[in-house]
Amino acid sequence: MSLRGVAAVVGVAERAPTRYTGEETILELLSGVAVDAVKDAGFSLAQVDGLIVHPIGGLPGFVPATVAEFIGLQPTFAEVVDLGGATGAGMVWRAAAAIQAGQCTTCLCLTGTRRRRRPATSASKSDSPRRPQSIRPSHDRSPQAEFDYPYGMIGANVGYAMLATRYTHEYGLTDEQRAKVAVDQRTNANANPAAIFHDQPLTIDDVLASEVICEPLHMLEIVMPAAGAAALLVTSADRVADAKQPPAWLLGAGESVTHSSFAQAPNLDSTGVGIAARAAMAQAGVAPEDIGLASLYDCYTIMVLLTLEEAGFCPRGEAGAFVESHNLTFAGDFPVNTHGGQLSFGQAGMAGGMSHVTEAVRQIQGRAGKRQIANLELAYAHGNGGIIAEQAGLVFGADR
Amino acid sequence: MSTRLIPPSTELTQPYWDATQRGELVIQQCQECTHRLFPPRARCPSCGSAKLSWAPVSGKGVIYTYTVAHRPPHPVLVEQCPLAIAVVELEEGPRMITNVTGCETSVVEIGMAVQVAFESIDDSNVILPVFKPA
Repeated sequence: MSLRGVAAVVGVAERAPTRYTGEETILELLSGVAVDAVKDAGFSLAQVDGLIVHPIGGLPGFVPATVAEFIGLQPTFAEVVDLGGATGAGMVWRAAAAIQAGQCTTCLCLTGTRRRRRPATSASKSDSPRRPQSIRPSHDRSPQAEFDYPYGMIGANVGYAMLATRYTHEYGLTDEQRAKVAVDQRTNANANPAAIFHDQPLTIDDVLASEVICEPLHMLEIVMPAAGAAALLVTSADRVADAKQPPAWLLGAGESVTHSSFAQAPNLDSTGVGIAARAAMAQAGVAPEDIGLASLYDCYTIMVLLTLEEAGFCPRGEAGAFVESHNLTFAGDFPVNTHGGQLSFGQAGMAGGMSHVTEAVRQIQGRAGKRQIANLELAYAHGNGGIIAEQAGLVFGADR
Repeated sequence: MSTRLIPPSTELTQPYWDATQRGELVIQQCQECTHRLFPPRARCPSCGSAKLSWAPVSGKGVIYTYTVAHRPPHPVLVEQCPLAIAVVELEEGPRMITNVTGCETSVVEIGMAVQVAFESIDDSNVILPVFKPA
């Protein structure tokens, strides 16, 4: 049993990332892109019988039902996916699997987040103006809250910095090589009006002059959190001809969850990134050299470098040299993240990971505008969650 | 000065924190397959046994990887920055997150031999294991 050619993405909609959203609720934000994706495909809401969402802050439960009701759907397949940045990619193959199983025919995959501007925090610090006090966590009582957070292992910067340190120790990697990833992706973003850093040139010197947040990572090789949303409509092979847009056929998918705390991550030569990527390409029956677009999760530059090796685009230990000697822009010899990557497009929560999928779809559909890769046949999209903890890889093709 | 996010202990993990009060680092060992494990579990992740008991470790380890945080990862850590945050691999095998203290952050390196030490957390009764150069 294989997912190859069972379903295709026929509709895409995205809300361009912004630093903040206004008073709009998350349901308003999500329902907007959801309906836009359905209309993009030329389908009606009545034809949508599958819905996949992710956990939503502010909705403690009943997420699929609440979202379905708000949009106007009554799906026969309703799912929540929680794989961090791998969520978007994970949603798409689950939609195809549900279609293959006969549980639905046309499934919406929906991601997004608000981001409200916080008021100045001086009021909340008025109780202890002189020094911070130790804090007891209110609702996170996970093993990570107990054994990682007390040491400052909080958020993603620390984990990816540690990943970069270990990678550099094992294989060698320069700041300039990492910065090249950010710079080439900024060139891509400058051809993408939806990118949050559109029209803002970036050089390697700019990256290396930016503040070191966690050694060795600089500010400008770290994603900027944003608000936004992205939705895809996946339909069965026999409905593809009804769609207004050309199909982006799902040819292969792979997934891997290896750990939660970075201290429990496998060694670098056997991460889940490779497990997911190899499985996706094997199912599609393709090799890395067949891929024309690598749309790789880029919370940090180091993640792109690791994925290039793990997915087999370059030999182990050579990712730094690879990015130095290749042009990763949309016009180059090895296009990567032609939308700008999250580094330059922005990371709107789980819509950030979805952006690698939407870009792969648009490129396959021939709808990438100025950044269109000519004669593109196959694209690989990779999602990654936590500190390289959760992985999902997808192969899309222009032909079934 | 050690203001921190206070670890939320559970009944399962209480023996770990009781041991730190005595200046001891303990981890679980499976009585059926001898696997040593951290973080704490209810069942052995290797063989599934429920027969897990706590036993002291030597406290010796090596740095597997690390970073130095210049921006505080949380406001409560502002006075400890720059802060060396590391994955330490214990002599007995398991890895854990820790801070490397008692030295300049610039001397921390992968492969460095370290030894557990214990630090009290301000505004709490908790004693936290940390690691110093051995």
